[in-house]
Amino acid sequence: MLAEFGYGVLLVTFLLALYSVGASVYGYYNKSASMVESARRSMLLTFPLLSIAALSLISLLVNGDFNVQFVYEVTSRSMPAYLKVTAWWGGQAGSLLFWSWLMSAFASLVTLRKWDRDQEFLPWVIVVASVTLAFFLALNIFFENPFARLYQTFDGNIAAYTLAPANSTPIVPADGRGLNPLLRHPGMIIHPPMLYLGFVSYVIPFAFAIAALVTGRTDDRWIRITRRWSLWAWLFLSFGLVLGGRWAYDVLGWGGYWGWDPVEIAAFMPWLTGTAFLHSVMIQEKRGMLKQWNMVLIILTYALVIFGTFLTRSGVLSSVHAFAQSAIGPSFFVFIGVTFVTSIALLIHRWEDLKAEAEMKSMLSREALFLLNNLLFMSVLVVSFWGVIFPLISELFTGQKVTVGPPFYERANSPLFAALMFLMAIAPLSAWGHSTIQTLGRAIWKPTIAALAITVAIFFTYTRNWIALIGFFLVALVILVTLYEFWRGARARQKTQGENFFTALSHLTGKNRRRYGGYVIHISMMLMAIGILGIELFQNETQGTIQVNQSLELQGYKLVYKDIAQWDDASTGVNYTRATIEVYKGGQLVTELHPRTDYYYEAQQNMTIPGVRSTMADDVYVLLVDWEPASAVGATFKLYVNPLVNWLWVGSLLFLVGVIIAAWPEKDPERVTVRATRSARQTSAAD
Amino acid sequence: MKTNLRFTFFVLLLVLAGLLVAPVSAQGAQPPTDDDVNAIAKELYCPVCENTPLDVCATQACAQWRDLIRLKLSQGETESQIKQYFVENYGARVLNEPPREGLNWLAYLVPPVIILAGAVFLVRALRMMKKPVAAVPAEGPRVEAPADDYIARLEEEVKKQK
Repeated sequence: MLAEFGYGVLLVTFLLALYSVGASVYGYYNKSASMVESARRSMLLTFPLLSIAALSLISLLVNGDFNVQFVYEVTSRSMPAYLKVTAWWGGQAGSLLFWSWLMSAFASLVTLRKWDRDQEFLPWVIVVASVTLAFFLALNIFFENPFARLYQTFDGNIAAYTLAPANSTPIVPADGRGLNPLLRHPGMIIHPPMLYLGFVSYVIPFAFAIAALVTGRTDDRWIRITRRWSLWAWLFLSFGLVLGGRWAYDVLGWGGYWGWDPVEIAAFMPWLTGTAFLHSVMIQEKRGMLKQWNMVLIILTYALVIFGTFLTRSGVLSSVHAFAQSAIGPSFFVFIGVTFVTSIALLIHRWEDLKAEAEMKSMLSREALFLLNNLLFMSVLVVSFWGVIFPLISELFTGQKVTVGPPFYERANSPLFAALMFLMAIAPLSAWGHSTIQTLGRAIWKPTIAALAITVAIFFTYTRNWIALIGFFLVALVILVTLYEFWRGARARQKTQGENFFTALSHLTGKNRRRYGGYVIHISMMLMAIGILGIELFQNETQGTIQVNQSLELQGYKLVYKDIAQWDDASTGVNYTRATIEVYKGGQLVTELHPRTDYYYEAQQNMTIPGVRSTMADDVYVLLVDWEPASAVGATFKLYVNPLVNWLWVGSLLFLVGVIIAAWPEKDPERVTVRATRSARQTSAAD
Repeated sequence: MKTNLRFTFFVLLLVLAGLLVAPVSAQGAQPPTDDDVNAIAKELYCPVCENTPLDVCATQACAQWRDLIRLKLSQGETESQIKQYFVENYGARVLNEPPREGLNWLAYLVPPVIILAGAVFLVRALRMMKKPVAAVPAEGPRVEAPADDYIARLEEEVKKQK
């Protein structure tokens, strides 16, 4: 009964979303405030309704109603209750519902804001949010119903149906198949919601952009309203990516965190356009330029968000044919096409209104450098996008399946990333409007010399790999320039205000959160870059089969195999095999590690959990590859030494701090510059 | 003639010795280590799983393929021969990059062409933006600011607060 109820609620919500689209459009064109208000209230109602639907599904999951196909597929009796709840997004149908639920939450949040000055945006923000919501709900209602029940029809087939077919009997399996073991890790429990939060929150800035295009209010008001939204969206997306990497490192057992897998790239692509957008909106705010480009970026981000969900949900990655057979693939394809074409058509329609208000004064001005930054981000996007879709094109046209793996992406993207780092070093020193070689040179020579000194030190003490040296030089340069900027600002305050240095620093940051938050983010990115350089260039591995008390050696580490134990955990249905290994460095015992293999009986699947000793210098990462009873042939271990990788995780924590500084609400409300109000006046006069 | 005979005898002896020694030396060579196998497996993709390099793939099938690599290595096959064997049997998808032939060239050529086009477009757009574009008047001193303007403004602001 609960399943039918949940499906009914989904249906009602879907109709409500459609209604709010219609009412909004009608209200806008007939200047009927009450219709728009009615649309807004229906939009608001979708959130409690979808919460009820979600609670129904969670209740089915927790109570183990295996007659419901989704419950049967993602849970089992032995799973702990919290996993039964998080299994909500552990399968296709549930995760689509999760998407819708988040969408309605964000749409409600945004419709609850004060709209007094931006009333004309409201109907179109509702339209975009509701259309997106209706699309995802339609996927659940027509193709992937999480509430469908299993029935055996008269001809003996068992399948899931929304409504009981004639002459059928319900099937209630004794136990479910259980959640994929890979998805039971804490990282995987938080990672998808984080990514989805990022995905869904980008719909809001897009909605405002479309509202600006439709209403013709093309000043930078939409950007100012959504500035914080975009930052939070970016934070969630970034953190989703980092958590995904951490999960891969901890669970997938291949010694790395990022493999340029299409699924990873699917989430990385909107991040690229989102990051470019974060930078280029500043040019519009400060200089009234790039308005058309910002529209392009946010439209692309939205399209890539939907495309990312499509890539991971439609089966298109395994084969173009799987895509054609999947129920939701073609719908996604059509939806992306229609929304993209409509958005671009709108943009072309308003093209003239979005002309720049100022001229580019210098190729070295900050806005010119930001443009270059955008070009680089777009280039990484082009490489990534092409790498993901090329195998599909190849299969479609020649029938030949090919793989586009890490060498392709790394070769193409490494110079682009290096160029981005170089820009990160010089852009903070350039001024808006006007910069010359002289002004830039004056500012940068000291940090450059210091960075060179650091690089020379690294050359003599750590590595002579020239790619690494270029990388470390750029890292040092960016960090030094950024610190220099903090120091310069704080000194200025110190002189005039008589504050002590640290008070000056904190006031400085507080006065211009976005700028200095951004700088903290830059530093955090460089810490991550250290980790990436370390593992990409210096990772070392060896594998061997050893008997008890024998050892494996790699890069100054000696691993001695001490013991192995194997046992069943009846409550979770898992068989554990756990080795004990002593790690020596320079003859000294540094730690004991326990690599394990977990065998899940239900899923008949192995998980290889590494034993890791992590320091800032390197990680010792041991996998139990295969094993025999300890007395016989011994056990096979794979040992990785991953230098510097910890900097990646430390950097990501600092990243969090940076985004929070940048997104923290300012004390004074959004400052609207003279230019913005002027152009707003022009637009309203034109209306 | 005599020297010729002696030479022939010598050569024959060498060949015989070679024949005798060859199998011995092959048996005496180090058997391929796990690291040798992984070095090749790392560059190949599992023919059946989605996007999983062969060296880290945990399935039984992949373990057998790794054993196959080991066998081929011990038979003296080179890395490229082994890769070729996998391509012939399982298709180009086992390679970590599309082989550079035919339509696959598109994989390598399209991104640089688009990026170059983007760069050209950007340079032209920058040039266009350098000319005055709109009738909107220049925006006062804020725009004309010299490089150190930010600090100057900061100082000014702080003074005002005093």
